[in-house]
Amino acid sequence: MKPAPFEYLAPRRRLEALEALSEYGVEAKALAGGQSLVPLLAMRLARPAVLVDLNRIRDLAFIRPYNGGLAIGAMTRQRTVEAHRLVVARVPLLAEAVRCIAHPQIRARGTIGGSLAHADPSSELPAAAAALDAHFVLASVRGERVLNSEQFFTGYLTTALEPDELLTEVRLPALLPDAGWAFVEIARRHGDFALAGVAAVLRLDGDGRCTEAQLVFTGVGPGPVRIPQAEQALLGQQVPGPSVAEMARIVQDNLDPPTDIHATADYRRHAAGVLAGRAMLQAANRTRERR
Amino acid sequence: MCAAKTLLLPFWLDIPQRSRAIRQAVVLEAHKMGTRWFGERIRRVEDPRLLTGRGSYVDDIHPPNLLHGAVLRSPHARARVVRIDASKARAMPGVAAVYTHADLPPPLGDPLPRLIPHPTLIHHKTQVALAADIVRHVGEPVAFVVAESRYLAEDALEAIEVEYDPLPAVVDLETAAGPDGPLVHEDAGTNVAAHYTQRVGDPEGAFASAPRVFRERIRMDRGTAASMETRGVVAIWDGRMRNLVIYDSTQSPIPIRNGLARLFGLPQNNVRVIAPDVGGGFGPKIMMFYPEEILVPLAAMRLNRPVKWIEDRRENFVATNQEREQIHDVEIAVDGEGRILGVRTVFLHDAGAYIAYGLIVPIVASTTLVGPYRIPNYHCEFKAVFTNKTQVSPYRGAGRPHGVFIMERLMDRVARELGVDRAEVRRRNLIQPDEFPYDTGLIYQDNAPLIYDSGNYPAVLEKTLGMIGYAQWPQQQAEARREGRTLGLGLALYVEGTGIGPYEGCRITVEPTGKVFAATSVGTQGQGHFTVFAQIIADALGVDVRDVTVTTGDTAAFGWGTGTFASRSAVVAGSAVALAGQAVREKALTVASGLLEASTDDLELAGGKIFVRGAPARSVTLGEVATAANPLRGTIPKEWEGPGLEAARYFAPPRGSFAGGCHAAIVEVDRDTGAVRVERYVVVHDCGTVINPMILDGQIQGGVAQGIGGALYERLVYDEDGQLLTQTFMDYLLPTAAEVPRAEIGHVETPSPLNPLGVKGAGEAGVIPAAAVFASALDDALGTRVAEMPLSHSLLLEMLRGAEAPAEDRSVHS
Repeated sequence: MKPAPFEYLAPRRRLEALEALSEYGVEAKALAGGQSLVPLLAMRLARPAVLVDLNRIRDLAFIRPYNGGLAIGAMTRQRTVEAHRLVVARVPLLAEAVRCIAHPQIRARGTIGGSLAHADPSSELPAAAAALDAHFVLASVRGERVLNSEQFFTGYLTTALEPDELLTEVRLPALLPDAGWAFVEIARRHGDFALAGVAAVLRLDGDGRCTEAQLVFTGVGPGPVRIPQAEQALLGQQVPGPSVAEMARIVQDNLDPPTDIHATADYRRHAAGVLAGRAMLQAANRTRERR
Repeated sequence: MCAAKTLLLPFWLDIPQRSRAIRQAVVLEAHKMGTRWFGERIRRVEDPRLLTGRGSYVDDIHPPNLLHGAVLRSPHARARVVRIDASKARAMPGVAAVYTHADLPPPLGDPLPRLIPHPTLIHHKTQVALAADIVRHVGEPVAFVVAESRYLAEDALEAIEVEYDPLPAVVDLETAAGPDGPLVHEDAGTNVAAHYTQRVGDPEGAFASAPRVFRERIRMDRGTAASMETRGVVAIWDGRMRNLVIYDSTQSPIPIRNGLARLFGLPQNNVRVIAPDVGGGFGPKIMMFYPEEILVPLAAMRLNRPVKWIEDRRENFVATNQEREQIHDVEIAVDGEGRILGVRTVFLHDAGAYIAYGLIVPIVASTTLVGPYRIPNYHCEFKAVFTNKTQVSPYRGAGRPHGVFIMERLMDRVARELGVDRAEVRRRNLIQPDEFPYDTGLIYQDNAPLIYDSGNYPAVLEKTLGMIGYAQWPQQQAEARREGRTLGLGLALYVEGTGIGPYEGCRITVEPTGKVFAATSVGTQGQGHFTVFAQIIADALGVDVRDVTVTTGDTAAFGWGTGTFASRSAVVAGSAVALAGQAVREKALTVASGLLEASTDDLELAGGKIFVRGAPARSVTLGEVATAANPLRGTIPKEWEGPGLEAARYFAPPRGSFAGGCHAAIVEVDRDTGAVRVERYVVVHDCGTVINPMILDGQIQGGVAQGIGGALYERLVYDEDGQLLTQTFMDYLLPTAAEVPRAEIGHVETPSPLNPLGVKGAGEAGVIPAAAVFASALDDALGTRVAEMPLSHSLLLEMLRGAEAPAEDRSVHS
């Protein structure tokens, strides 16, 4: 388990990293926290000719207010995010999702941008980002572009990032005052990738009726999975109420999850429905608590 | 004195640690006054070294001029090797050599030695160090590269061209045992390596006339020991002296030394095998020979440079022996009160592609099955079957978990069918304390009669029931149910065969400093040998435990013995240590009686001194006695039996001693997701006299963790082509601290009459009944009928939906 030979670059400035990506293109791979890439290198499943280590670039790690919400630098460690005052105050769902990632040691290395750019179909952050209506800042020597999550996540382990592009920042709107949130998942062991998980944001009016629902699943498809029919089913309905069970059924009817050695498709489908119901109840309770 | 000691405590100890340390200092003081070390909760003397990173594992050995090896392994489960071209790899910079089967001189190119033959083991197939013409499992070695670094060696692996002609593989155990399965070894004409039956009493008669008979089909799947330290070998060859030094992460350095000497044509004295600190053994490291144990020394001798090979984790998954897969058809005959009239089991044992280690696992499974119960009529019959998977040899438990799982499933079944309480059914069938020694009528893995030496199973059961709160359980379960929580209680008893022969030895030497040095034949993989052996010696010689240094696992320090396996070190080596300690004590008294001009009957040994009873001023230190025992002039008396304050002794038990116990657990299950949480885990254990309760508790807790893994998490998954799908710790799930509760441990002490210490082995106690306990608890919680291990969320939910469905009568077999 030793990597194949590669050239190692460790730029200190963002522009140097972008220039390297521009020069080497598909031959290069950016190294963030290394929690996925380093094992892939060691098993020779990834064989980049050039490794561009981003860990020395200081201005890629930050958390700062942006448009009432937050902008988070791609190299910000997950452990920093989960406990950050601004994150907990403005995007609490993100903090909750990050705490479901592996263990503190891994989160101390793992980065927000690394996890999102890797786009593992069972990981927490893509689903959370999608439910939060995150925007992704992609930079290259050619300039910058900003994508939403539907544009950014394009399939199994793939994103809209071009070979010369770097995910530099994620922008997240603040949770609205009438909204509640939940992130729930089920994993084989504490800290494992989710067998199924769901990120939920719910807005309720004064009568407890749902005015907006965001439900994004992980572990049940090639990427973050949104089920618009389930969200629709909640609109105008009392939460909690019969609509939650109905929504869970719609979730189960509209998923086509994979079978693997850890769980069958049936299991994932069933669990996703159960978790969706639990997430809705928790989100609704939080909406009330915030009033 | 104590106060002064507290000042010396390391600053990094927290307050509770400090108070414990102070308590321990008090205990140490008490010992100086003549209290025994044996039986005390002494902290492990090896821990400061190991916990601060100063251990020395094989990968810590860095001889100058070192080369690094890497193994090219078969990507196919079964294939003909048509052609190997290593010329490109040999030409790569930094590559010292590439070996294939063609490069192996006889006898190194022959099948590796067979271990532990058995009359019924007709096809005792072993692998070749590098595959000659056929590969029989994914991961089988095909070529060995030696290079200036492991990186370069792995680069060179990719440059070796191997042309394979893939053949159909047989992966499924039942297919392999059937008439149509592809043959793993074509020359054998069958995949059945052995077919062995043992019978006690008249099983046919018992079943024919039994009022009730219940049948089950039970499966256990494959797992791996996953030692924290993988395997590894360093070989250093001195061509002038013709000396070979091997560092090997093995459980059996002495047999490895003897085998290597024979294979390489060297005197045993010219081969030294050192098993330094070993980061976990659990059984797979008792296997010999693994191919790398031949390839690394061969390369070192050919190249005249030291060579190191360290198994990486992916290799460990495919190239280190595995265990567990068995399919049992079993039936039990009982009377109307649930008393056992007979048990029959017919089962398949998956041996993997070779069977070097013989039939130990299935023999242990079939003989452990009878457990603590009176079973007058018993039939056990198994076929050991080749499949195109990694070889199988014992892993902690070594068939015992299988036997216990099956018997305890049957006891739960009988209880349910007859409407008798689970504990009561067991109580009615237990062997009673006055029935020992109890002859089961079976032959055990050591070819000796399976006779339980001692035990008190009713006491163990009642103590467990008390600790888990069995009497209050129905109420507790009902209350939880009202709160919407699903709880279950599981229970399982077991008997653990330990401490088998043939023998082990120890030599103890007191040096003129008064310090005591002991060398034993067994290696150590973290069990605490340095401490427990020192405790035994400290008592024998009246010295402080910290003045005793124990050496293990170095053939140059002690050259006769077998190894560390089958929970036998404390029993067999520990007894040899006690005998050697007694001999040194007697010699010390003999020599001192001359120095003090007093009869040995009037002498006492304590605090490192020998003194005349009632006149402590008339004394000599042990060091002075050691000096006197090795004079430069004069002579030494015949009764000294040689110079020096030293003795070596061996202990050979007539047969194994049998520990026993009972585990109980309470689990909570999420009915909607199949998630299982272990709320409590109780262990009551009887391993005879206890040497060190702290070390024993640690052994049990570690075993419980592995047991939880085997029950709920750890499964090696092979696809139909024989590819292992679980080759990383992302897919092969070990339980972590988050999944393993602290076991609540109780002890019953029934000394063994078979050894001078009264001890029995304890290495496997934690793991043996765990699967059975969880099956029992889940059935209790959910109304399921668990008949396989390991489980998962997904499987459990499937089972639960099956149990909830108002389907066909599931007790049709009764």
